[in-house]
Amino acid sequence: MKQFLVIVLLAALAGCNRRHAVALLNVSYDPTREFYTEYNAAFIKHWQQQTGETIVVTQSHGGSGKQARAVIDGQLADVVTLALSADVDAIARVGHMLPAEWQTRLPDRSAPYTSTIVFLVRHGNPKGIHDWDDLIKPGVQVITPNPQTSGGARWNYLAAWGYALKKYGSDAKAREFVTALYKHVPVLDSGARGSTTTFVQRGMGDVELSWENEAFLAAREFGADKFTIVVPSISVLAEPAVAWIDRTVQRKGTAAVAKAYLHYLYSPEGQDIAARHFYRPRDPQIALKYAATFPKVQLFTVDELFGGWTKAQKTHFASGGVFEQITTK
Amino acid sequence: MSASSPRSVLPGFGLSLGFTLTYLSLIVLLPLSAAFVRTAGLNWHEFYAAVASPRVLAAYRLSFGASFAAGAVNAIFGTIVAWVLVRYSFPGKRVVDALVDLPFALPTAVAGIALTTIYAENGPVGHFLAEGGLRVAFTRFGVFVALTFVSLPFVVRTLQPVLGELEPEIEEASATLGAGRWQTIIRVILPELFPAIVTGFALAFARALGEYGSVVFISGNMPMKTEIVPLLIMTKLEQYDYRGATAIAVVMLAASFALLLLINLLQKRSRRHHRV
Repeated sequence: MKQFLVIVLLAALAGCNRRHAVALLNVSYDPTREFYTEYNAAFIKHWQQQTGETIVVTQSHGGSGKQARAVIDGQLADVVTLALSADVDAIARVGHMLPAEWQTRLPDRSAPYTSTIVFLVRHGNPKGIHDWDDLIKPGVQVITPNPQTSGGARWNYLAAWGYALKKYGSDAKAREFVTALYKHVPVLDSGARGSTTTFVQRGMGDVELSWENEAFLAAREFGADKFTIVVPSISVLAEPAVAWIDRTVQRKGTAAVAKAYLHYLYSPEGQDIAARHFYRPRDPQIALKYAATFPKVQLFTVDELFGGWTKAQKTHFASGGVFEQITTK
Repeated sequence: MSASSPRSVLPGFGLSLGFTLTYLSLIVLLPLSAAFVRTAGLNWHEFYAAVASPRVLAAYRLSFGASFAAGAVNAIFGTIVAWVLVRYSFPGKRVVDALVDLPFALPTAVAGIALTTIYAENGPVGHFLAEGGLRVAFTRFGVFVALTFVSLPFVVRTLQPVLGELEPEIEEASATLGAGRWQTIIRVILPELFPAIVTGFALAFARALGEYGSVVFISGNMPMKTEIVPLLIMTKLEQYDYRGATAIAVVMLAASFALLLLINLLQKRSRRHHRV
């Protein structure tokens, strides 16, 4: 059945190729929709100037983990731009569709733009929330999705853990802090969008843990007079990962354009578009230009504190892992 | 085949049975067997750990309990709805009839978001209920409400044709023979309807067991408290633990199949009992 579908798709694509331009499929996660719509237009123009070739770029968005599974199950993504490297790792490990060392193929560990975890609070910050410790004060309710179903929520969890680890110096203390934190969580939505709905529409909770770019999007969408963004003293460097899928680009003959598509994300124009959509740019000059948007914060990486995503995943989020232990007690 | 074939008076048995088996295999058995094949990669210890941890057990209790309750409530109120729609005519009847199908047609995520909006503590209904001390959204009761919503049409649509067949003359006969209204309902009408009610209940129950889209919005998904089994399956998939996910799915399948079989047997028995 799957093979049949693939054949139909291939035939359709072959048909497209003959009549139209090369078509790239970018399989991405939820909040990048507007960003990639703008970026695609810029890249199509750039590619045409470079090669004279007209291409079409289509996008697909959904939860990061779901998107990775779709690619494993046969969605013909030329490139993936997902929320965490572990999801691309899974495509390499489970689907064998790209080499295990994919992360070294592009600069900055294949993360052309970054973000971090910040607090979205009600306008004027009525509960006086300024740093992680304020989240476990009595009477404060925290909204964050379930890290076992939401890739984004794993960053929230690790950000909290990393803060406590840096501040109190031991894993035992960090575990205590995170345990206390999840006692303040009244609802665990299955995804980041669900959490935003709970916080914004349902009016539940005093603070939502959110990616910085999504906090900006929420503040813009629902009105800056309703919410305030609070940046904690320490947070995690969130590195969304990008990669081309070798198996697909070889089959479709799109390797060159797929690679160029990802490399262009590192160009000044690509970086500028990312910054406009509230991702922190890697390029120092573009970063300087948007310095007012992104407050300085002490950032740690998952590799530094947790020994990489695969290990963090196993220790904290797998069945029987730390998250399950502290929430099922 | 000759007309004197002793097998059946109806022609085409071989062809239609062959078609039936092929169709069921393709549509039902093939995907299900894939689940069993995936699970076969686990040894007994891993299988047990995947399907019997306290968190999963809590989810079975909620899923089966809430689905059973939703099916039972719909069996009662769905029967009344079907009765009204078949037996009486009133203005706007077609609209009410169409409303019953709405839970069928509505994408379940839309249903979940709508229900949560209404029953959340700042929602139009949830607001009043919360003042009375009843919290619906983000509780087990909310799960039950969502399941009741999605499974309602199954009871109503199962009962309508059966009620249509049930002639009012039977009730009149019962009345002329001296039975009171309650006697007529309990001794005459309900026994006739019982097999259909059980079927409707079984369909509603099965539908509720598998429901995911609407429940995840209203339940709050707290481990040990408001997690349903399909959510745990998604949780496993999210970790690329395909085998763990299918292990839970296999347990659900086996349990659902056993329950549905039991209900079918029950229904057959009651039918035989009453038709004699």
